Amino acid sequence: MENSKNLEVFQAKIDAEIKIEPKDWMPDEYRQHLIRQMSQHAHSEVIGMQPEGNWITRSPSLRARKILMAKVQDEGGHGLYLYCATETLGVTREQLIQWLHEGKAKYASVFNYPSPTWADMGAIGWLVDGAAIVNQVSLQRTSYGPYSRAMVRICKEESFHQRQGYEIMATLMEGTAEQKKMAQEAFERWWWPSLMMFGPHDGDSPRSSNAMKWKIKRETNDDLRQQFIDKTIPQAELIGLKIPDANYKLLENGSYETSDIDWDEFWNVIKGNGPCNTQRIKQHAAAHDNGQWVREAAIAYNEKKEQQLKSA
Amino acid sequence: MESNLYKFCLRLADTSFILSYRLGEYVSHGPFLEEDLSITNVGLDLIGQAESLFKYAAEIKGGGITDDDIAYKRDESEYLNFHLVEYPNEDFAFITVRQFFMDVYNYHLFTALKNSSDPTIAAVAAKSIKEVNYHLQRSRKWMLRLGDGTEESHNKIQYAVNELWKYTDELFDMDAIHKSLIEEGVAVDLKEVEKSWIKDVLEALGEATVTKPEHVKHSLVYGKNGGHTDFMGYILTDLQYLTNRYPDAIW
Repeated sequence: MENSKNLEVFQAKIDAEIKIEPKDWMPDEYRQHLIRQMSQHAHSEVIGMQPEGNWITRSPSLRARKILMAKVQDEGGHGLYLYCATETLGVTREQLIQWLHEGKAKYASVFNYPSPTWADMGAIGWLVDGAAIVNQVSLQRTSYGPYSRAMVRICKEESFHQRQGYEIMATLMEGTAEQKKMAQEAFERWWWPSLMMFGPHDGDSPRSSNAMKWKIKRETNDDLRQQFIDKTIPQAELIGLKIPDANYKLLENGSYETSDIDWDEFWNVIKGNGPCNTQRIKQHAAAHDNGQWVREAAIAYNEKKEQQLKSA
Repeated sequence: MESNLYKFCLRLADTSFILSYRLGEYVSHGPFLEEDLSITNVGLDLIGQAESLFKYAAEIKGGGITDDDIAYKRDESEYLNFHLVEYPNEDFAFITVRQFFMDVYNYHLFTALKNSSDPTIAAVAAKSIKEVNYHLQRSRKWMLRLGDGTEESHNKIQYAVNELWKYTDELFDMDAIHKSLIEEGVAVDLKEVEKSWIKDVLEALGEATVTKPEHVKHSLVYGKNGGHTDFMGYILTDLQYLTNRYPDAIW
């Protein structure tokens, strides 16, 4: 009885656009959905540091080096807000990281692709961050308060990321023939994976319906994907990049029609068979394991100091 | 023939630049996320310091050369950074000790250089000292945590101090270039910097329960004179990859 009353109050709040806060009653399924989604989001930020971290030391100018390093640092910062926001649901960061290493928690599959050239720094910033922004702008209105507030803050920084990525691409497209080739190839590498970032078609998305009812999710995968396509194609054309899709066309309503995504590839990478799945988790787990003695030392030191204070 | 002032700028700039390279290499390998973020912060400050000094060096050199040309397009023997900053990220203890030695050094060096007769050097020092202050607080705290943390961390930090100590010799060496710049009021007396450095370092080692190793003078040609460890070639191969491969490109 009480449960159904609680559920009524909960749904009424959602319907009235009142944010759900950590101490409010919430259905267990809502909590679990958020833990899964928010931790996946946090892990994506952190794992996402790797493909770009790959080029920090090889950045070709002082300016590029500063920007890339600051950008990768921002991603880490986003990961941190999101871990903290997820912890408000009663789960520890340590646990979330363990689930990541055990393969129980996922991160955005797009980070399982390699970044073989400097142009990939451009394509990732422009396309991957660009796709993330579309999703995150929508999530600013998500029903869980801490998640929504984290998104507001993150969105401000993401738009800088997207601009820096686009700037790299634009500079390459104004450069030598080799630079243009590098940019076009990176665009081709990241175009489809960035479209995949929005997830399966709405009909094939298993958890969409509750997520929409509870306003965790505000817009459907396909709607968000279309927004991204419509925004990105003109940007690509402006700097002379060719869209890697023989069938794309501009419709009368100003929107673009594109070919369907290769969903076999999508599911295959999710299943762990992308080019870098093993490498990404290995690196994260190695850093975590190598840091064990450092974390232990910090704890031991603090305990000693507290003890000394008490006995003083 | 390059001027003394040009070389002096590069000694400072290259040291910050190569140290920032090492910290950049460590991004996403930190022991936990907060530490990853703060190491990156330090790395970013160091690139900023290097950039200001490369700009100044480009101005001194003239002929349309840019800060990026200087940062990226030199032979190994033309880089004038200390050996200490070339040392690899062997583990978090090495990273911490390397950083702590440099932070104490930069703190006293830049404090003194604020009064340099060269207005650009004085301005860079004044700006950098604010950043270094924070870097030093951070690395000093880690020296204490690791030294006086667990037995394992103590052993690791002691080992790193033992291994890296020999590279500190170079920090206080004053050759003819340096001495002539002291006379002009541009550079400062490194013996004074050394006194403050030793005092602060010994105090921290004491608190961290770490023993000062015996001082050994090692026999490599100093980095500030263009001699480098084997590590440097690999740093430059990586750092200069794009500018070497595509020399005409603008990034």
